[in-house]
Amino acid sequence: MTSRPGSGSDVVVHTAGLTKRFGSAVALDRLDLTVRTGEVHAFLGPNGAGKTTTIRILLGLLKADSGQVALLGGDPWRDAVALHRRLAYVPGDVTLWPSLTGGEIIDLLGRLRDPKAGLDPRRRSALVERFDLDTSKKARAYSRGNRQKVALIAALASDAELLLLDEPTAGLDPLMEATFRDWVTEERRSGRAILLSSHILAEAEALADRVTIIRAGRAVETGTLAEMRHLTRTSVEAEVAGPARLDGVRGVHDLVTDGPRVRCQVDQAALNEVLGRLHRAGVRTLTCRPPTLEELFLRHYSTERNVAGAPR
Amino acid sequence: MTGFAGTWQLTRLAFRRDVGILAACTWGIVAVVALVARDLGVLYPTAARRLALASHAGGNPALRFLFGRLNGTSVGALTAWRFGVWAACAAAVLAIFIVVRHTRADEEAGRLELVGSGAVGRQAPLTAALLAAVTANVAIALLAFLWLPVLKLPWAGSAALGLSIGACGLAFAGLAAVAAQLAGTARGARGIALAVLGAAFVLRAVGDAGSAGHAEAALSWLSWASPLGWAEFARAFGSAGECWWVLAIPLAAGAAAVAVAFALAAWRDHSAGLLPDRPGRTAASGLLRGPLGLAWRLHAGVLAGWVAAYLFTYAAFGAATKGIGEFLGTSAVLKRYFLRIGYQHTVIDAYLSAFMLLAGLGAAAYATSAVLRLRTEETGNLAEPVLATATGRIRWALSYICVAVVGAGLLLAAAGLSAGLSYGILTGSVSTQLPQLLAAALARLPAALVLTAVAVAVFGLLPWEATAVAWSIVALVAIIALFGPSLQWPAAIMDISPFTQIPNLPGGVVTAGPLVWLCGISVALGAVGLFGLRSRDLGDLGPSFRGPRIHEWLVDYLRIREQSGDNPGNIT
Repeated sequence: MTSRPGSGSDVVVHTAGLTKRFGSAVALDRLDLTVRTGEVHAFLGPNGAGKTTTIRILLGLLKADSGQVALLGGDPWRDAVALHRRLAYVPGDVTLWPSLTGGEIIDLLGRLRDPKAGLDPRRRSALVERFDLDTSKKARAYSRGNRQKVALIAALASDAELLLLDEPTAGLDPLMEATFRDWVTEERRSGRAILLSSHILAEAEALADRVTIIRAGRAVETGTLAEMRHLTRTSVEAEVAGPARLDGVRGVHDLVTDGPRVRCQVDQAALNEVLGRLHRAGVRTLTCRPPTLEELFLRHYSTERNVAGAPR
Repeated sequence: MTGFAGTWQLTRLAFRRDVGILAACTWGIVAVVALVARDLGVLYPTAARRLALASHAGGNPALRFLFGRLNGTSVGALTAWRFGVWAACAAAVLAIFIVVRHTRADEEAGRLELVGSGAVGRQAPLTAALLAAVTANVAIALLAFLWLPVLKLPWAGSAALGLSIGACGLAFAGLAAVAAQLAGTARGARGIALAVLGAAFVLRAVGDAGSAGHAEAALSWLSWASPLGWAEFARAFGSAGECWWVLAIPLAAGAAAVAVAFALAAWRDHSAGLLPDRPGRTAASGLLRGPLGLAWRLHAGVLAGWVAAYLFTYAAFGAATKGIGEFLGTSAVLKRYFLRIGYQHTVIDAYLSAFMLLAGLGAAAYATSAVLRLRTEETGNLAEPVLATATGRIRWALSYICVAVVGAGLLLAAAGLSAGLSYGILTGSVSTQLPQLLAAALARLPAALVLTAVAVAVFGLLPWEATAVAWSIVALVAIIALFGPSLQWPAAIMDISPFTQIPNLPGGVVTAGPLVWLCGISVALGAVGLFGLRSRDLGDLGPSFRGPRIHEWLVDYLRIREQSGDNPGNIT
């Protein structure tokens, strides 16, 4: 594990046993989270899992009840102002001052972060162009996606070491989402760290070096996608000539037989056995897929599939 | 008539949302008229007294400017003079707010989009809003018709007064309906309608003041051009009898405006205004820098409106002061009242002091609203992006507090300057009146600052109750300051109000002591509030979790916990 909070210069965010209660309800329950320099770290969880609460503690907006938290080597509650010069933040639900134009808000946020220099005008205008934002409109006239763009441009145009992005693409269209992904890929090359909270799994899959899955205020899994995949099942779909006889095989789940067609989820250990049985039955077509993050997610939150926050 | 489908449901929705406030406002407007009628009956019990008042009020241009034409000498005619135009203004403001609230405001917020996707006609929301406004104004007319005769006023005059107020409300309901089609935002629509109301007031005021002394003077046509003028030309309780046909003018104007609004609504796109939305700056100017620049930018427009209203009102008060001695001299009771709230020996000083007290209360209310904007920004997620930058909480809060304090100071300076200039010019003594009244106004600043600091303290310590507590204290102080002296409340109660500690200027004896310790209290309360802000969670909704976000979060949380209890094997 990566040592003590803030000790290594390669760790930009470190929490250990982080706990936050609102009255009797526990929002964060001993959360551990580590983000290293230069990595894109996806922070995944359904609505209400504690993602936003974590980010607000990292910003010093909320005070942790117990546990350790270090941000860029400092204490986010005590050193808020000094630390904020080195980070940029995009809230999940972007609200803007209705009487100000988008352009004014971008500049204002840049100047608030860095009162002397403000934003680099070249980066700013490049971003405005790439995100195709009309900066002369009053914020009250913006759609949700355009409000999101304003906050994103203000954050991405900065030279912050750490970007805290809370569901940054929730309101963007697919084209703009692709633009956002391109930028994140470029940013990663320049050595910034990005903490990206999301429940859009394709986004994390496309962008993230490492993933932390949070549920009910606790980190239930952390690692690279490769590390997590070995824990999970392979999805197998086949069309066979005879009966495959997969019922009752240990490690086979969600088996669906539809005439000659067979679909199931297979544990790593049972894969050889399953392929053997399919082979004996006579394979006509076969598809084996590594699990998508979607499926990882469904496994952790399968009980909530029918209620809120279900991935599509 | 498919354009009107769903009108009945939307009308019921409008009443469901507004029934309380509509009842309170209609009742309130009529109640003030009734109270004025009762007081005038008490203050001027004899015909001789009323004649003295009428001969003075009818000829004083400043009083005509403020209140309008006097059409007789009965208690009823004096009531219609003293509050007829102002009640018509109140009814107009009420109608504007109702109509815009249920049309453009709902459309801007996207609620009408949801409604419009149902089996609801294009004209239904506008019709429902107008029905709500019509109901309110009919209620005003009816209440006046039923209530004023109880005070022994004639039936015919009561009906004419009630109808002239209600008809003016209806005319402005129609105007607001048009404004809601023209402007793309609720704020813009209210702005257009209120600007027309302001212009109507000025037209009538100038027309009435300009024709003082000679009934059909050259400027009378200005009053005839104003919807507020129509309210006085109906001559409720007039000695020459009511002039009923005048009431048809506002009704016809309202109906014409409604027809225009329907035509525009049938033609325009949903959520589009007919006036183009002007593009703004594509980059921030040098002024919009740091939290202070932001706070100033957010408040400048509203503050400018307040300053303009102060300048206008205090110019009128200052102008009316000149004749106030003779005017008050006509009622011994009124003279006693003014002397009591002003504690003064000369009636003029008492009158000016009472109005400077009002200026102080208004400035305190402005500053309180400016400070409470901090809480609105906090709960509206607008504090978050600012505090996530290199801006500390204290600096953020101080920026808004600074604007509040400067705003309160500006308002009081405007009151003093405006009253001093207009009174000074009319009496030829600007050089003495201007500094005297400016000092009298600014002396109220420390008391206003105490109330500002109270708002800061509750924002820091009890954020989830900040709005309720801060406004309750402002209301309490206003009640003590306005009613305490005339009802001769004990000193222990009077001392709750910081305004009690201020010397009664002009005319009173100035001592620096109270001003200094009121400032000291303000600084201490402000510091306590800032300390509270520094040590609490941002967006704190309080121990009872009444806010929606926490509520939703709690539901999610409980569901997850419940389900993880059912399926313990789910956690890897």
